[in-house]
Formats: sequence, C-alpha cells, structure tokens
Amino acid sequence: MAKSTKAANRSDAASTLRLGSMLIYLVLGIIFGIILIKSEVVSWFRIQEMFRFQAFHMYGIIGSAIAVAALSFFTIKKLNLRDRSGEPIVIPPKKWEGIGTRYWLGGIIFGLGWALLGACPGPIFALFGAGFTVIAIAFLSAIAGTWVYGYLRPKLPH
Amino acid sequence: MIEFISQPWPWYVAGPLIGLMVPALLLFAGKQFGISANLRHACAAAIPGRVEFFQYDWKGAGAWNLVFALGVIIGGAIGATWLASPDPMVGISDATVADLQALGITDFEGLLPPEIFTWAGLLSVPGIIMIVVGGFLVGFGARYAGGCTSGHAISGLADLQVPSLVAVIGFFVGGLITTYLILPLIL
Repeated sequence: MAKSTKAANRSDAASTLRLGSMLIYLVLGIIFGIILIKSEVVSWFRIQEMFRFQAFHMYGIIGSAIAVAALSFFTIKKLNLRDRSGEPIVIPPKKWEGIGTRYWLGGIIFGLGWALLGACPGPIFALFGAGFTVIAIAFLSAIAGTWVYGYLRPKLPH
Repeated sequence: MIEFISQPWPWYVAGPLIGLMVPALLLFAGKQFGISANLRHACAAAIPGRVEFFQYDWKGAGAWNLVFALGVIIGGAIGATWLASPDPMVGISDATVADLQALGITDFEGLLPPEIFTWAGLLSVPGIIMIVVGGFLVGFGARYAGGCTSGHAISGLADLQVPSLVAVIGFFVGGLITTYLILPLIL
C-alpha cells in the first residue's frame, strides 16, 4: 500500500511538472503569436516589401532577433547554463553532406512558397488565430507538402 | 497602456522580443526554437502511412511544439482583437504600394490582400496558386531544408551554422524568383 502511494506521488509530481511545462510552452506561444501580429511580419504586404528591398522593417526585425539570440547562445555557452530541469543546454549542429544540396534546394523551394503565400509556418498559425480562416487551406497544403517530402525523401538528393 | 501597445510595433521592439524566444525556450524548457517541425508531427499523428519519416514517437518529440503552436494561434487571436491596430492599413512603403498596384492589387486594407486571402479569393487562379501551391511549397521546402524562418534564419544563423546560412540564401533566391518572375505572371 505504502509502496503504491509512493509510486502514485511520484507520477503525480511528474505529471505536475509536465503540466507546468506545457503551460510554459503555451504562454511562450501566445507571446510569440502576439509579436508576429503586432509587428506585421505575418502580413503578405510586408513580405512583398521585404523581397522588393523597399523598407528596413523586416530586415530590422530578423537582424535584431538574430543578434539577441546570438548573444543569448554566447552567454549560455560561456556560463554553461542549464535548463529548468537541470539538464545541460546543447545546441546540436545541423548536418552537412556533400555540397549541402538539401539546404540549397529545400531553401529555394521554401522561398518560392514563402513569397507566394506571404507566410512561413509561424505566421500560418498566427493568421489563422487572427481570423483569416482561409489560411486553414494553406496549413493543410503545407501538411501535404511535408507528407510528400517524407514520401519522396529516400529518392531525393540530400 | 492598451492603446499604446495596440499600435503596430516597430522593428526594434519586435525583433529583440522574437530573439528572446530562443533563450526562453532553451532555459525554461530545454527546447530549440522552431515551428515547422509541427507539420511533421501532424503527419506522424494523423497520416503516417507507411512512410519511414513519420514513424516516430510524435507525442514525445512534438507535444511541446504542438502546444507552442496552439499558443501562437491564441496569440494571433489576441493580437488581432484586443490589441488590434487602430489603423487597419499596414504601413508599407509607397514604392511597394505602387509596385503592387501595377500588378493589379487594389485593396490594401488589412494584413493580407482581401482579393486573394479570402474564401472567395481562393476560388480564383491567383488564390489557388498563392494559397494552395504556396502552402505546399512552404511545407515541402521547410522539411527538405530541415527548418523554416525560425529554425534556420533565427536560431541557425544566431548559432553561426553554415547550413542555415545556405538555407536562408535559398529562401531569398526562391522569394526573389516568385516576386519578380512568378507574381507578374499570375496576378
């Protein structure tokens, strides 16, 4: 009896931690969604302005985001910081094979779609929440694209 | 206060805040900032078929990311309702307005051109190409390249990773081809 109570307590503690973590992901997602809308990076108009090099807005956002993230990576590595559960933070490098075909081709295909749709995956979710319900079709198409990639993966050059 | 933050946010506020998402996810959760992997998790959960790429424990690997995406949807709703900008027009440059007018766009109200990104617009040729084909290419390309704007352009470049630099150059090559060669054909 005592043993099973202990086990139950342990799994309670684990599920509380899990629930707490999920709440953190949800809150961070909400903050990210608000930023995406309020900075207008979800706007097809802004993406066109970026690809036509007619304003600094998007470059300023992406550039300063990279700078802040880079500074954070540097600090995390320098101080050997650990995450909330005490695990060391490691940032796995992306694998590179040959001439990096997957990054060239995948990148270009993504870019073709990005300028057509005016939204990358984050903004797809934010726009749907903002009431652009037709974006659900873009989401389903993106899932189809992901599935077709998974299906063709063994045959594609990487 | 609400009135103040309801204005569109300038780049020097939004950019650093987006950058802070990266350490926030790493420190609070031990997770790497990225969004497009959710599309893979959705496939693994709903339509794995017999495709090896979708045979993995999507709950273990992706539950956090799906919850994060759910948050982005809620955040999008909050941003567009309680924090909606007083001016519905996006403040793009006059040059962009002129270029897009030359392509035939007439309605500039809202975040997306209503002529295309509505259910009625979906039934037009530009609507199908931009929404359906565009979405497909975004999903296919993101997985092929191993990440999207968040994973490659922001966390990848911040970590000085060469594969991410190549992917981001690719994003721009593709985007410029669409902007200057494809959009004039379909709009």
